Amino acid sequence: MSTTTVVSTGTEGKTWGGGNEPLHASYGKMMMWFFIVSDALTFSGFLAAYGFSRFKFIDYWPIADEVFTHVPFLHGQELPMIYVAFMTFILIMSSVTMVLAVDAGHHLNKAKVTLYMFLTIIGGLIFVGSQAWEWATFIKGDYGAVQTKGGNILQFVDAEGHRVALRDFVVAEGHERVQQERKNGLWFVSEGTLPTYTVEEVIHGLETHDNVLVRTQLLDENGQKTVLSRAESLNQLKSYGTHVVEGANLHENEYGSPLFADFFFFITGFHGFHVFSGVIINIIIFFNVVLGTYERRKSYEMVEKVGLYWHFVDLVWVFVFTFFYLV
Amino acid sequence: MAHEHKLEIFRGLVKFKSNTQKIWGVLIFLSIVTAVEVVLGIYKPEMLMAKFIGMKLLNWIFIILTLVKAYYITWDFMHMRDEVKALRRMVVWTAIFLILYLVFILLQEGGYIEGVYSSGFIRKDF
Repeated sequence: MSTTTVVSTGTEGKTWGGGNEPLHASYGKMMMWFFIVSDALTFSGFLAAYGFSRFKFIDYWPIADEVFTHVPFLHGQELPMIYVAFMTFILIMSSVTMVLAVDAGHHLNKAKVTLYMFLTIIGGLIFVGSQAWEWATFIKGDYGAVQTKGGNILQFVDAEGHRVALRDFVVAEGHERVQQERKNGLWFVSEGTLPTYTVEEVIHGLETHDNVLVRTQLLDENGQKTVLSRAESLNQLKSYGTHVVEGANLHENEYGSPLFADFFFFITGFHGFHVFSGVIINIIIFFNVVLGTYERRKSYEMVEKVGLYWHFVDLVWVFVFTFFYLV
Repeated sequence: MAHEHKLEIFRGLVKFKSNTQKIWGVLIFLSIVTAVEVVLGIYKPEMLMAKFIGMKLLNWIFIILTLVKAYYITWDFMHMRDEVKALRRMVVWTAIFLILYLVFILLQEGGYIEGVYSSGFIRKDF
């Protein structure tokens, strides 16, 4: 004789009564969606913080078109946005091969899933490689600039308003100052690479080149940087210039506000890290496909889950592209 | 769920014969949108420099086109179109609500600090 009392909840067979999938999605897929929501919030935190800093320095912010003008193998040409557009296209393309892999998975077509997963991984690698190149170019810099006491950046232009690099009008003389290393001078104290030129040499170069003018970070009403007169250029450089900045790091950069480089490194870096981990996960799934794990399981849902993550990485890039490079 | 796909985009204006065909169709659409963005970004037409609700018309276009792209990536590549309404709303509305809230607060605050800098007595130009 049974002593247990069976209580009926009256929800048997109802949508949320248990024992079925009310959202018609498996646990894994649903959790991937919820992970994506939380990850989207992290990224929007970064992008909103970028918007905050940009609104704070709205009249001094660098113009992205002038910063990202380089394309590999095409030296010295000003091609704003072309390379970033190429990167965007690569990522959308790899998203397409991914969704084709998911589709082939629905038809249990192992050969096609293998091919499309492989193409997705290649696309991801091209993207990460492009981003590494973009970082290297950004860090190395191009024109060089002088930083002032107030942390502003003074850049140099010719009479037509075209940028002039420091190497084109400044001559480096023999420097007495050498880079401080851990092994000499003050022990265990080192410093970064010294700039090629000193401020005195830049002043000398500016004095001897009549056609070079100083451009400040202040944007005029047309959204262009303000170019100073010849007399004002010399005055500004002599009274406020503290040191030469070449390229970019986390505390100063030749493009303008230090925050610009900080956000560039953090946002594209965080996104690049996502692409990198996406490629690793894709490779794992790729080997599982090749080994026939999902063939035996009669379900390619793992490809679908990793596909969701991969599309999300593409989705984030669409926003980074707009808010970092376009707007 | 897995094998049924809704094959209509643009509210039924375009209907594809198979899922594969729809994927390529969406790719073409996304590529066109990106190309338009890049061309506008390079040439920056003078007429789009006019301000509209505190922002350049061009920037409004960029943001709207981005949201259009995001919609098609989520709906067709991530198959949100085929999910049930409850899942779709859980994911989409939660994110949209929180992001709008965050963006509003931070941009508002950033604009305020800019006002303090530019109309106050803080000298930045040195």
